[in-house]
Amino acid sequence: MTTPADKPPLDRKMLIDLGFIDARAKVLDIAAFLDRLDRAASVNTSTDFRIDAIRAALAIALENSPARAERILQLWSDPTTEPVERSDGKAARGAHPTRTT
Amino acid sequence: MYIDPHIHMVSRTTDDYARMAAAGCVAVTEPAFWAGFDRSSAAGFHDYFRQLTESEPRRAAAYGIAHHAWICINPKEAQDHGFAREVMSMIPDFLSRPNVLGVGEIGLNRNCKTELAVFEEHLEIAAQHNSLVLIHTPHLEDKLKGTRLILDAITAHGKINPQRILVDHVEEHTVRMVLERGLWAGMTLYPDTKCTAARAVDIMEMHGTERIWINSAGDWGHSDPLAVPKAVVSMRARGHTAADIHKISFENPRAFLSQSGNFSVVAPRPTIS
Repeated sequence: MTTPADKPPLDRKMLIDLGFIDARAKVLDIAAFLDRLDRAASVNTSTDFRIDAIRAALAIALENSPARAERILQLWSDPTTEPVERSDGKAARGAHPTRTT
Repeated sequence: MYIDPHIHMVSRTTDDYARMAAAGCVAVTEPAFWAGFDRSSAAGFHDYFRQLTESEPRRAAAYGIAHHAWICINPKEAQDHGFAREVMSMIPDFLSRPNVLGVGEIGLNRNCKTELAVFEEHLEIAAQHNSLVLIHTPHLEDKLKGTRLILDAITAHGKINPQRILVDHVEEHTVRMVLERGLWAGMTLYPDTKCTAARAVDIMEMHGTERIWINSAGDWGHSDPLAVPKAVVSMRARGHTAADIHKISFENPRAFLSQSGNFSVVAPRPTIS
Protein backbone atom coordinates (compact mmCIF):
# COMPACT_ATOMS: atom_id res chain seq x y z
CA MET A 1 0.00 0.00 0.00
CA THR A 2 2.97 2.32 -0.44
CA THR A 3 1.14 3.79 -3.38
CA PRO A 4 -2.63 4.33 -3.44
CA ALA A 5 -4.55 1.12 -4.01
CA ASP A 6 -7.14 0.75 -6.76
CA LYS A 7 -9.42 -1.02 -4.32
CA PRO A 8 -9.41 -1.67 -0.57
CA PRO A 9 -8.23 -5.15 0.52
CA LEU A 10 -11.75 -6.18 1.56
CA ASP A 11 -14.55 -6.53 -0.98
CA ARG A 12 -17.83 -4.62 -0.73
CA LYS A 13 -19.69 -7.41 1.07
CA MET A 14 -16.94 -7.78 3.66
CA LEU A 15 -16.85 -4.03 4.27
CA ILE A 16 -20.62 -4.00 4.78
CA ASP A 17 -20.33 -6.90 7.23
CA LEU A 18 -17.60 -5.04 9.09
CA GLY A 19 -19.14 -1.56 9.16
CA PHE A 20 -22.91 -1.80 8.84
CA ILE A 21 -23.87 -1.96 12.52
CA ASP A 22 -21.60 1.00 13.33
CA ALA A 23 -23.02 3.06 10.44
CA ARG A 24 -26.56 2.07 11.41
CA ALA A 25 -25.99 3.33 14.95
CA LYS A 26 -24.62 6.64 13.67
CA VAL A 27 -27.59 7.18 11.33
CA LEU A 28 -29.98 6.55 14.22
CA ASP A 29 -28.03 8.98 16.43
CA ILE A 30 -28.38 11.74 13.82
CA ALA A 31 -32.09 11.04 13.37
CA ALA A 32 -32.64 11.05 17.14
CA PHE A 33 -30.65 14.28 17.47
CA LEU A 34 -32.89 16.02 14.90
CA ASP A 35 -36.00 14.60 16.63
CA ARG A 36 -34.70 15.97 19.94
CA LEU A 37 -34.29 19.43 18.44
CA ASP A 38 -37.82 19.29 17.04
CA ARG A 39 -39.21 18.38 20.42
CA ALA A 40 -37.40 21.32 21.96
CA ALA A 41 -38.46 23.80 19.28
CA SER A 42 -40.93 26.60 19.86
CA VAL A 43 -42.96 28.28 17.15
CA ASN A 44 -40.53 31.16 16.72
CA THR A 45 -37.32 29.15 16.85
CA SER A 46 -34.95 30.45 14.25
CA THR A 47 -32.73 28.18 12.23
CA ASP A 48 -29.16 27.43 13.33
CA PHE A 49 -26.41 27.37 10.72
CA ARG A 50 -24.90 24.26 12.31
CA ILE A 51 -28.09 22.28 11.79
CA ASP A 52 -28.34 23.62 8.26
CA ALA A 53 -24.78 22.35 7.81
CA ILE A 54 -25.77 18.87 8.91
CA ARG A 55 -28.80 18.82 6.61
CA ALA A 56 -26.69 19.96 3.65
CA ALA A 57 -24.07 17.35 4.46
CA LEU A 58 -26.66 14.59 4.62
CA ALA A 59 -27.72 15.48 1.09
CA ILE A 60 -24.13 14.99 -0.07
CA ALA A 61 -23.85 11.70 1.82
CA LEU A 62 -26.85 10.37 -0.11
CA GLU A 63 -25.40 11.18 -3.53
CA ASN A 64 -24.12 8.35 -5.69
CA SER A 65 -20.78 9.97 -6.37
CA PRO A 66 -17.32 9.61 -4.77
CA ALA A 67 -15.42 11.69 -2.22
CA ARG A 68 -18.48 12.37 -0.07
CA ALA A 69 -16.42 12.89 3.10
CA GLU A 70 -14.05 15.31 1.37
CA ARG A 71 -16.92 17.30 -0.15
CA ILE A 72 -18.72 17.53 3.19
CA LEU A 73 -15.57 18.86 4.86
CA GLN A 74 -15.22 21.41 2.07
CA LEU A 75 -18.87 22.42 2.49
CA TRP A 76 -18.32 23.10 6.20
CA SER A 77 -15.09 25.07 5.62
CA ASP A 78 -14.47 28.81 5.76
CA PRO A 79 -14.50 29.83 2.08
CA THR A 80 -12.39 32.97 2.55
CA THR A 81 -8.71 33.03 1.70
CA GLU A 82 -7.13 35.97 3.54
CA PRO A 83 -6.01 35.94 7.20
CA VAL A 84 -8.41 37.82 9.49
CA GLU A 85 -7.30 40.90 11.40
CA ARG A 86 -7.84 39.29 14.80
CA SER A 87 -9.28 36.12 16.25
CA ASP A 88 -12.88 36.19 17.54
CA GLY A 89 -12.12 33.53 20.14
CA LYS A 90 -10.09 30.37 20.52
CA ALA A 91 -12.66 27.78 19.45
CA ALA A 92 -13.91 26.86 15.99
CA ARG A 93 -17.58 25.94 15.70
CA GLY A 94 -17.60 23.06 13.23
CA ALA A 95 -19.21 24.72 10.24
CA HIS A 96 -19.05 28.11 8.58
CA PRO A 97 -22.22 30.25 8.63
CA THR A 98 -21.87 31.55 5.10
CA ARG A 99 -21.61 28.14 3.46
CA THR A 100 -24.92 26.57 4.42
CA THR A 101 -27.48 29.32 4.87
CA MET B 1 5.79 -2.16 18.65
CA TYR B 2 4.70 1.37 17.73
CA ILE B 3 5.60 5.06 18.02
CA ASP B 4 3.06 7.72 19.00
CA PRO B 5 4.66 10.76 17.34
CA HIS B 6 2.25 13.36 18.74
CA ILE B 7 0.90 13.09 22.27
CA HIS B 8 0.72 15.56 25.17
CA MET B 9 1.86 13.43 28.07
CA VAL B 10 1.97 16.35 30.53
CA SER B 11 -1.84 16.06 30.41
CA ARG B 12 -1.92 12.29 30.91
CA THR B 13 -1.57 10.09 33.95
CA THR B 14 1.24 7.69 34.73
CA ASP B 15 -1.31 4.90 34.25
CA ASP B 16 -1.50 6.00 30.61
CA TYR B 17 2.25 5.49 30.23
CA ALA B 18 1.78 1.99 31.69
CA ARG B 19 -1.08 1.17 29.32
CA MET B 20 0.79 2.54 26.30
CA ALA B 21 3.87 0.50 27.19
CA ALA B 22 1.72 -2.61 27.55
CA ALA B 23 0.24 -1.93 24.10
CA GLY B 24 3.73 -1.79 22.56
CA CYS B 25 4.63 1.90 22.60
CA VAL B 26 8.41 2.37 22.50
CA ALA B 27 8.67 6.11 21.80
CA VAL B 28 6.59 9.29 21.95
CA THR B 29 7.15 12.84 20.79
CA GLU B 30 5.45 15.69 22.62
CA PRO B 31 4.91 19.06 20.94
CA ALA B 32 4.56 22.20 23.03
CA PHE B 33 0.86 23.20 23.04
CA TRP B 34 -1.94 25.11 24.74
CA ALA B 35 -2.48 23.57 28.16
CA GLY B 36 -6.15 24.58 28.33
CA PHE B 37 -5.49 28.02 29.82
CA ASP B 38 -3.33 30.99 28.86
CA ARG B 39 -0.01 31.33 30.65
CA SER B 40 0.44 34.77 32.13
CA SER B 41 4.17 35.15 31.58
CA ALA B 42 7.09 33.92 29.52
CA ALA B 43 8.37 32.34 32.72
CA GLY B 44 5.35 30.04 32.61
CA PHE B 45 6.53 28.80 29.22
CA HIS B 46 10.07 28.38 30.53
CA ASP B 47 8.77 26.09 33.26
CA TYR B 48 6.68 24.17 30.71
CA PHE B 49 9.68 23.70 28.41
CA ARG B 50 11.66 22.38 31.38
CA GLN B 51 8.84 19.94 32.11
CA LEU B 52 8.99 18.72 28.49
CA THR B 53 12.76 18.31 28.51
CA GLU B 54 13.52 17.23 32.09
CA SER B 55 10.52 15.73 33.88
CA GLU B 56 8.58 13.94 31.11
CA PRO B 57 11.58 11.98 29.76
CA ARG B 58 12.12 10.56 33.25
CA ARG B 59 8.45 9.67 33.66
CA ALA B 60 8.39 7.91 30.28
CA ALA B 61 11.67 6.08 30.84
CA ALA B 62 10.17 4.36 33.87
CA TYR B 63 7.98 2.47 31.39
CA GLY B 64 10.65 1.87 28.77
CA ILE B 65 9.31 4.65 26.52
CA ALA B 66 11.71 7.09 24.85
CA HIS B 67 10.34 10.62 25.21
CA HIS B 68 11.10 13.53 22.84
CA ALA B 69 9.84 17.10 22.68
CA TRP B 70 9.17 19.98 20.29
CA ILE B 71 9.43 23.59 21.45
CA CYS B 72 7.41 26.67 20.44
CA ILE B 73 4.66 29.04 21.48
CA ASN B 74 1.38 27.58 20.23
CA PRO B 75 -0.89 29.73 18.05
CA LYS B 76 -3.66 29.96 20.66
CA GLU B 77 -1.31 31.92 22.92
CA ALA B 78 0.34 33.85 20.11
CA GLN B 79 -2.22 36.65 19.83
CA ASP B 80 0.14 39.19 21.43
CA HIS B 81 3.10 39.50 19.10
CA GLY B 82 5.41 41.00 21.72
CA PHE B 83 4.64 38.26 24.21
CA ALA B 84 5.12 35.62 21.51
CA ARG B 85 8.54 37.04 20.66
CA GLU B 86 9.54 36.93 24.31
CA VAL B 87 8.69 33.22 24.41
CA MET B 88 10.30 32.55 21.01
CA SER B 89 13.54 34.06 22.28
CA MET B 90 13.85 31.06 24.64
CA ILE B 91 13.50 28.45 21.90
CA PRO B 92 17.14 28.29 20.73
CA ASP B 93 18.39 27.36 24.21
CA PHE B 94 15.94 24.48 24.41
CA LEU B 95 16.63 23.23 20.89
CA SER B 96 20.03 22.07 22.12
CA ARG B 97 18.57 19.81 24.81
CA PRO B 98 19.07 16.08 24.19
CA ASN B 99 15.42 15.05 23.76
CA VAL B 100 14.34 18.01 21.57
CA LEU B 101 13.61 17.23 17.92
CA GLY B 102 12.71 20.66 16.59
CA VAL B 103 10.19 23.49 16.48
CA GLY B 104 6.52 22.59 17.05
CA GLU B 105 3.68 22.42 17.07
CA ILE B 106 3.58 25.75 15.35
CA GLY B 107 0.87 26.82 12.92
CA LEU B 108 -2.48 28.58 12.96
CA ASN B 109 -5.58 28.37 15.12
CA ARG B 110 -8.12 30.95 13.90
CA ASN B 111 -6.15 32.09 10.83
CA CYS B 112 -5.44 35.63 12.00
CA LYS B 113 -2.58 37.89 10.94
CA THR B 114 -0.63 37.75 14.19
CA GLU B 115 -0.73 33.95 14.24
CA LEU B 116 0.60 33.93 10.69
CA ALA B 117 3.41 36.36 11.51
CA VAL B 118 4.43 34.28 14.55
CA PHE B 119 4.31 31.13 12.43
CA GLU B 120 6.68 32.70 9.88
CA GLU B 121 9.09 33.70 12.66
CA HIS B 122 9.07 30.13 13.99
CA LEU B 123 9.96 28.88 10.50
CA GLU B 124 12.93 31.23 10.49
CA ILE B 125 14.10 29.95 13.89
CA ALA B 126 13.86 26.37 12.57
CA ALA B 127 15.80 27.32 9.44
CA GLN B 128 18.54 29.03 11.44
CA HIS B 129 18.97 25.97 13.67
CA ASN B 130 18.42 23.36 10.96
CA SER B 131 15.55 21.92 13.02
CA LEU B 132 12.70 19.67 12.05
CA VAL B 133 9.29 21.35 12.04
CA LEU B 134 5.96 19.98 13.31
CA ILE B 135 2.93 21.99 12.21
CA HIS B 136 -0.55 22.15 13.72
CA THR B 137 -3.36 22.86 11.27
CA PRO B 138 -6.52 24.58 12.56
CA HIS B 139 -9.67 22.91 13.75
CA LEU B 140 -12.93 22.19 11.96
CA GLU B 141 -14.14 24.94 9.59
CA ASP B 142 -10.79 26.74 9.86
CA LYS B 143 -8.66 23.80 8.70
CA LEU B 144 -8.92 24.14 4.92
CA LYS B 145 -8.16 27.86 4.81
CA GLY B 146 -5.49 27.56 7.50
CA THR B 147 -3.74 24.69 5.75
CA ARG B 148 -3.60 26.70 2.53
CA LEU B 149 -2.18 29.73 4.38
CA ILE B 150 0.42 27.52 6.08
CA LEU B 151 1.50 25.85 2.85
CA ASP B 152 1.80 29.20 1.10
CA ALA B 153 3.90 30.56 3.98
CA ILE B 154 6.23 27.54 3.82
CA THR B 155 6.66 28.02 0.09
CA ALA B 156 7.27 31.76 0.45
CA HIS B 157 9.81 31.16 3.24
CA GLY B 158 11.52 28.50 1.16
CA LYS B 159 14.51 27.86 3.44
CA ILE B 160 13.51 24.45 4.84
CA ASN B 161 13.58 21.17 2.93
CA PRO B 162 9.90 20.06 2.71
CA GLN B 163 10.91 16.56 3.76
CA ARG B 164 11.89 18.01 7.16
CA ILE B 165 8.41 19.44 7.77
CA LEU B 166 5.35 17.50 8.94
CA VAL B 167 1.90 19.05 8.59
CA ASP B 168 -0.36 17.46 11.18
CA HIS B 169 -4.08 16.87 11.60
CA VAL B 170 -4.77 16.37 7.88
CA GLU B 171 -8.18 15.10 6.80
CA GLU B 172 -9.74 14.13 3.50
CA HIS B 173 -9.87 17.73 2.23
CA THR B 174 -6.25 18.65 3.11
CA VAL B 175 -4.11 15.54 2.79
CA ARG B 176 -3.60 15.78 -0.97
CA MET B 177 -2.30 19.36 -0.98
CA VAL B 178 0.21 18.55 1.78
CA LEU B 179 1.61 15.46 0.07
CA GLU B 180 1.74 17.14 -3.33
CA ARG B 181 4.16 19.76 -1.92
CA GLY B 182 6.57 17.05 -0.79
CA LEU B 183 5.78 17.53 2.91
CA TRP B 184 4.97 14.83 5.45
CA ALA B 185 1.37 14.50 6.64
CA GLY B 186 0.05 13.44 10.05
CA MET B 187 -3.39 12.03 10.75
CA THR B 188 -4.70 12.57 14.27
CA LEU B 189 -7.08 9.94 15.61
CA TYR B 190 -9.75 11.67 17.69
CA PRO B 191 -13.12 10.36 18.81
CA ASP B 192 -15.12 13.37 17.54
CA THR B 193 -12.98 15.79 15.57
CA LYS B 194 -10.12 15.23 13.12
CA CYS B 195 -9.90 11.55 11.91
CA THR B 196 -11.49 8.40 13.22
CA ALA B 197 -9.44 5.24 12.75
CA ALA B 198 -11.78 4.07 9.98
CA ARG B 199 -11.33 7.33 8.03
CA ALA B 200 -7.58 7.30 8.57
CA VAL B 201 -7.45 3.82 7.01
CA ASP B 202 -9.59 5.11 4.11
CA ILE B 203 -7.10 7.95 3.55
CA MET B 204 -4.18 5.50 3.54
CA GLU B 205 -5.98 3.35 0.98
CA MET B 206 -6.67 6.36 -1.24
CA HIS B 207 -3.35 8.19 -0.86
CA GLY B 208 -0.86 5.44 -0.03
CA THR B 209 1.46 5.30 2.95
CA GLU B 210 4.42 7.36 1.78
CA ARG B 211 5.20 10.30 4.09
CA ILE B 212 2.17 9.70 6.33
CA TRP B 213 1.96 8.89 10.03
CA ILE B 214 -0.82 8.42 12.57
CA ASN B 215 -0.91 9.81 16.11
CA SER B 216 -3.26 10.11 19.07
CA ALA B 217 -2.56 13.75 19.98
CA GLY B 218 -3.79 12.60 23.39
CA ASP B 219 -4.18 15.59 25.70
CA TRP B 220 -6.48 17.03 28.39
CA GLY B 221 -9.50 16.98 26.05
CA HIS B 222 -11.56 14.21 24.49
CA SER B 223 -8.81 11.96 23.17
CA ASP B 224 -7.39 8.46 23.54
CA PRO B 225 -3.73 7.73 24.32
CA LEU B 226 -4.24 4.24 22.86
CA ALA B 227 -5.58 5.54 19.55
CA VAL B 228 -2.57 4.33 17.55
CA PRO B 229 -2.72 0.67 18.64
CA LYS B 230 -6.50 0.76 18.17
CA ALA B 231 -5.97 2.03 14.61
CA VAL B 232 -3.59 -0.89 14.09
CA VAL B 233 -6.46 -3.20 15.07
CA SER B 234 -8.69 -1.41 12.53
CA MET B 235 -6.08 -1.82 9.79
CA ARG B 236 -5.81 -5.52 10.57
CA ALA B 237 -9.60 -5.93 10.42
CA ARG B 238 -9.62 -4.11 7.09
CA GLY B 239 -7.24 -6.68 5.62
CA HIS B 240 -3.98 -4.72 5.58
CA THR B 241 -0.69 -6.55 5.79
CA ALA B 242 1.61 -6.65 8.78
CA ALA B 243 4.21 -4.83 6.67
CA ASP B 244 1.81 -1.95 5.91
CA ILE B 245 0.81 -1.71 9.56
CA HIS B 246 4.43 -1.63 10.70
CA LYS B 247 5.24 1.02 8.11
CA ILE B 248 2.52 3.44 9.19
CA SER B 249 2.82 2.90 12.95
CA PHE B 250 6.59 2.58 13.28
CA GLU B 251 8.78 2.89 10.18
CA ASN B 252 7.30 6.13 8.88
CA PRO B 253 7.53 8.09 12.13
CA ARG B 254 11.01 6.69 12.72
CA ALA B 255 12.11 7.77 9.22
CA PHE B 256 10.88 11.34 9.66
CA LEU B 257 12.00 11.77 13.27
CA SER B 258 15.43 10.21 12.71
CA GLN B 259 16.30 13.23 10.59
CA SER B 260 16.95 14.75 14.01
CA GLY B 261 20.00 13.16 15.54
CA ASN B 262 18.24 13.30 18.91
CA PHE B 263 15.59 10.69 18.06
CA SER B 264 15.85 7.16 19.42
CA VAL B 265 13.40 4.33 20.03
CA VAL B 266 15.50 3.21 22.99
CA ALA B 267 14.52 4.81 26.28
CA PRO B 268 17.24 5.95 28.64
CA ARG B 269 17.67 3.96 31.83
CA PRO B 270 15.06 4.96 34.43
CA THR B 271 16.26 7.33 37.11
CA ILE B 272 14.76 8.43 40.38
CA SER B 273 14.52 12.18 40.68
